[in-house]
Order: sequence, then C-alpha cells, then structure tokens
Amino acid sequence: MLQSAANGIELKRQLAASERKGHIRATLLILPLLLFILVTFAAPVVLLLTKAVYDPSIADTLPRTAAALKDWDGKDLPDEAAFAALVQDLKKVKEDNTAAFVGKRLNYEIPGVRSKVISSTNKAAAITEAPFKEKLISADKLWGDKLIWTKIKQAAQPVTDYYVLRSLDLERDADGNVTSVAKSQAIYLTVLGRTFYISALVTVITLLLAYPVAMMLAHAPMKLASILLIFVLVPFWTSLLVRTTAWFVLLQDNGPVNDFIQYLNLSDGPWKLIFSRFGTVTAMVHIQLPFTLLPIYAVMKGISPNYVRAARSLGGGPFYSFFRIYLPMTLPGIGAGCLLTFILCLGYYITPALVGGASDQMVSGVIASAMNQENNWGKASALSAILLIATLVLFFVYNRLVGIDKVKLG
Amino acid sequence: MLKPASYATPVEKLLFYAGWLFTALVLAFLIAPILAVMPLSFNAEPYFSYPMPGLSLQWYRDFFTNERWIGSLFLSLKLAVTVTLLATMLGTMAALGLARAKLPFRTVIFGLLLLPMIVPVIIVAVAVFMFYGYLNLIGTFTGLVLAHTALATPFVVITVTSTLTGFDWTLQRAAQGLGATPAFTFQKVILPLIIPGVVTGALFAFVTSFDEVVVALFLASAEQRTLPKQMFSGIREQISPTITAAATFQVVLSICLLVGTELLRRRSERLRGISS
Repeated sequence: MLQSAANGIELKRQLAASERKGHIRATLLILPLLLFILVTFAAPVVLLLTKAVYDPSIADTLPRTAAALKDWDGKDLPDEAAFAALVQDLKKVKEDNTAAFVGKRLNYEIPGVRSKVISSTNKAAAITEAPFKEKLISADKLWGDKLIWTKIKQAAQPVTDYYVLRSLDLERDADGNVTSVAKSQAIYLTVLGRTFYISALVTVITLLLAYPVAMMLAHAPMKLASILLIFVLVPFWTSLLVRTTAWFVLLQDNGPVNDFIQYLNLSDGPWKLIFSRFGTVTAMVHIQLPFTLLPIYAVMKGISPNYVRAARSLGGGPFYSFFRIYLPMTLPGIGAGCLLTFILCLGYYITPALVGGASDQMVSGVIASAMNQENNWGKASALSAILLIATLVLFFVYNRLVGIDKVKLG
Repeated sequence: MLKPASYATPVEKLLFYAGWLFTALVLAFLIAPILAVMPLSFNAEPYFSYPMPGLSLQWYRDFFTNERWIGSLFLSLKLAVTVTLLATMLGTMAALGLARAKLPFRTVIFGLLLLPMIVPVIIVAVAVFMFYGYLNLIGTFTGLVLAHTALATPFVVITVTSTLTGFDWTLQRAAQGLGATPAFTFQKVILPLIIPGVVTGALFAFVTSFDEVVVALFLASAEQRTLPKQMFSGIREQISPTITAAATFQVVLSICLLVGTELLRRRSERLRGISS
C-alpha cells in the first residue's frame, strides 16, 4: 500500500519530467523560426510603426530653439532669447548640411516654406550679434509670423501625432486643437474610403459569381467537378503579377477585348478599359474569385443533399428550401471566403498600380509613393499603421470565425 | 447530378440549366485571360491584338537570350531555391514543435509565425526597406533572401501542420521504445510520413519567392532584377511583347507545380489512410 503510493508519486514525477522534456524539445524546434521572424519581419514592422508617432528630426536639428520655446505661451512672437537660439541652431544646421531635412520637415507643416527655411540657414550665418530678432525677421519675413514658431514648437516634440492625424486629414491648429485640414490638402480619407469601397465591391462581385458556380460544382459528379475545378485552380496558382499582366495586355486600347467590341460593332472608337476603375475592379475580381469560391465550395461539399430533399418532401417549395435550409448552412463558407477576399483586397498594390488610373490608387499605392516619390517616411508609416490595424482587426474576426489553424492551401 | 432532381419543378429545371450556363461563363472568365495572352507571345508583330499576322518565336528568343530577361530568370531561380531551402527547414522544424498540443502560448506563437502571410505586402516592403537600411542589407542578395524567407515560412508551417493533424504519435514512441535515437526516428519514421506536406510547403515557398515583386522593388538594387521586377518595369516603362513570353513561361511553370502538389496531396492522403 505504502509502496504503491510512493510509486504513484514517483510515476507522477517521472511523467512531469518527461512532459517537461517534451516541452523543451518542442520549444527548441520552434525557436529558430521564431527568432528568424522576430528579427527579419517583426522588428522591421515595429520600427515602421514607431516612425508613425516618433520623429525627432526637429528636436535633433533645432535643440536650442526647442528648449527656448518650451515655456513660450504662443500668444505673441517669442522673445529675443528664442531668436538667438534659432540663429545658433541654423548656423549649426548649415555646418552639418542638414538644412534640406529641416526645410522638408517644416514644409509638411506649412507648405511652401522649404526654400525660405533653407535660405535662412545661409542668412543666419551672417548674423553674429544682437538684436537677433530684428535681424532674422529682416532676413526673412517668415520668422515674423507666429505660425512658424507654433509649428516648430509642435514639431519639436519627438513623439508626435502629426503623421497619424494627417493620414486622417486632420491637423493641430495654433492652439493645439485637432481640426480638419484645408480642403485642398484633404486627400487621405478619400483614399481610405476608396480602398474600402473597392474592396467591398470586389468582394460582393466575387460572391455573386462564386456562389452559383460553387453550388453547381459541389453537387456535380466527382469526376466532372475535379476537371472543372482546374479552371479555378490554374488562375489560383498563377502569380498575381502574371494575371495583372494578362489584363494589362487584354485591356489595351488596341488589345483583344477592344478588338472584340469593334468586331461586334458595339462602338466606333476603343473603350477606355485600361487605367480605369472598370479595369482595376475586373482584374481584382478575376484574381480574387478563387479565394472566395474555394471556401464556399469546401463547405458545400460537406452538406448532404438529404436536407434539401427532406425539406422538399415535407412540402417546402424550391425557393423556401433554398433560403431556409441550404443558404444558412453555407454561411460559414460565405463568411470565410468574403472575409479573406476583403482582407486581401485592402492590401492591393500591383494591380491598381498597373491597370488603374490615378483616381483608382488604393492605400498601398499611396504608401509606396510616399516612400518613393515624396521620401516622407512618417506619412508612409502612419498610413501603414492604419492599413495594418484594419487588416489585423479583420483577421482577428476571421480567426474567430474560421480558425487560423484551419487555413488550407490549394 | 448532371440532370435536375427528379422532383424538380419546371422553374427549377430552368434554373438548373441556367446555373450550368452561368458556371460555364464564369469558368471561361477565369481561364480566358490566361489563355488569351499565351498565343500573343507567338505573334510575329509587336502588337497585342488578334488576328495575328503571323507566327514567330522572336519573343521567346528575346526572353532566353536578352541578358536583362535571362539574367533576371537566373537571379529569381537562385533566390527562390535559397529561400525554399531555408524556409522549408525552419518551417518544418517549427511545425513539428507546434504539433505538441499542450505547449504553452501555442496559439500566440502560431499566430505570430503566420503574420508575414497576413500583413499587406507593401507594409512588409516599406518596413524591411527601412530596417535593412540600418543593416546595410539593401541591394544585397542576403537582404532579398531574408525578406522572402520570412514571407515564405508561413506556407511551410501551414502545410506541414496540416499533414501532422491526425499524425499517429505512437509510431514515434514505438520507434524510440525499440531503441531508435531521436534523429533516427525522425529520419526513418516521421519524415517519410510528413514528406508530402514538406514538399508541398517547399513548392509554396518557391512560388512565393519566385512570384514576389513588391519587396523586390523596394529592396533590390537597380542591377538586381528579379523576373517579376523585370516584368513590372517591362510593363511600366517599355512595353515589349517579351512580357507575354515571360508570362506564358510562368503560367506553364505554375501548372507544373499545381500538378505536382495535387499528386503529393493524393499520396499524402493515401499514406495517412484518409480515402478521398
């Protein structure tokens, strides 16, 4: 009795030890990939996100001015000390050759001040003694305007909401209150709205096309269905770029689709198919259709035809049986397919860039041009953060609905 | 069910045939753009229109002899093979570790490892461009390998994990009980059973890198032209019909890979005793 109890404890201990050993072995197997992903992927993304709210460029380049403005109430022009500090900073900026950065950063705040700021760094070098205030203002009237000082004071905060606010077409006014930006500068809400609109449109169209097809295939004979599925899987496996290229070629003014339209005598001149909303949505629907279709098909395959038969034999009409019996059972597939397509659509870049016009660019395209053309990392980061949050929230829903473990490929 | 059900009303019969007509049209819409581009790659004239005035292999000659294209093809192949090896190794190991159901934080780790597949690729490209800039990895082969491997591993983790569902772990215990070392057990018992999943994952990893364009646009130097990057600039800058030859080449390659995965999937189901 006593001995068996001791054995039981011993056994428990051994079991725990072996369990622990298993955990350690599993952890060691996972660790290389985990570290790899953390370094090559997670760290870059986190760095990107910090750039959306952290920009020390003014605090670094104009440190004395930033300190002098700390207690400035913003009512009148700052005092002589602040001007003296700015002259000192501008001299240092000229020495370090960073005038272009300061000009660029302040130009985000007040469009058009870039060249004035840069020329001021040259003029400041000539100012050697008091009164700094008078001399700097006579060098450039810019510094006699309270606005530039307010903006320097705001931008001197390394942690800033400037980029995030601007991505939502908002800014802080002279008193620090959040207001809408001028109409001429308000572009990002339009882009965000367009991104959601195009994604929703593509999702709805793919659903309308995919549902009947999935239904016919799911209840067709096995052999026929697997042959017809090739028509879905070949595009699914063909790269996005190749399919976009195909549409780019087909939709040309003198491409095959317009040839066909001419052949049917539908129109005198070529239709404007490429670089248009129509082209973008058509190509996106073509690319996303398999993503919407396959989950719906998978769910339909698992539905026994007996349910509908039972409904019919109990007197339900064909439409009643479909809407009350069949459709509700396919909802999980519809949810999975549509959500996946919507999430993927939000991030589209290549297709709108190649097939769309200027007014069809989505958030990804604006992020790319913020990086490539404007070299505005803060803006690219803030827009990325917004896109990422939208994607992750939807993916969280997807995970709840479908389960991340259930993601199937091919 | 090629005929409507015997109890179908006339309206239902009509809907049934309309359904098949609709299916035919949608399937045509799916496959036609890909098929329509292929013949254009044999066009004798540098136009994208039918009817073609004559046939020629000149765009294929350009694709396989022009340094820009053939060089990009080789770079992409080299990159994709390196990425495949790295991603398959890391992904398979992680999937084996994750197969342990009671592991603490399993779901969190799984989600984290799948993130590269979920985050929009433009964000990955911009993030990697900023971060790799600090590490002097921009314009290097290593930089491309690291970024593409991160993008490719989720596919390996998913395919291997799905082969491991329903895996009979008593086989492992039996092997070890009979005195096999863990390495020997892996090599002789586990690997042969999960190999279809590993190879499918490897194919996905290959395709992910081989088709990837956005990260390459940001990370590669001007001289580092991967095939998708070359196609992208081929469309944007000088539209040459060679892109139709390149596209056809890639479609044929993806069909080969599709057939490969399908065969592997069947083999896997047979091995695991799941009848389809």
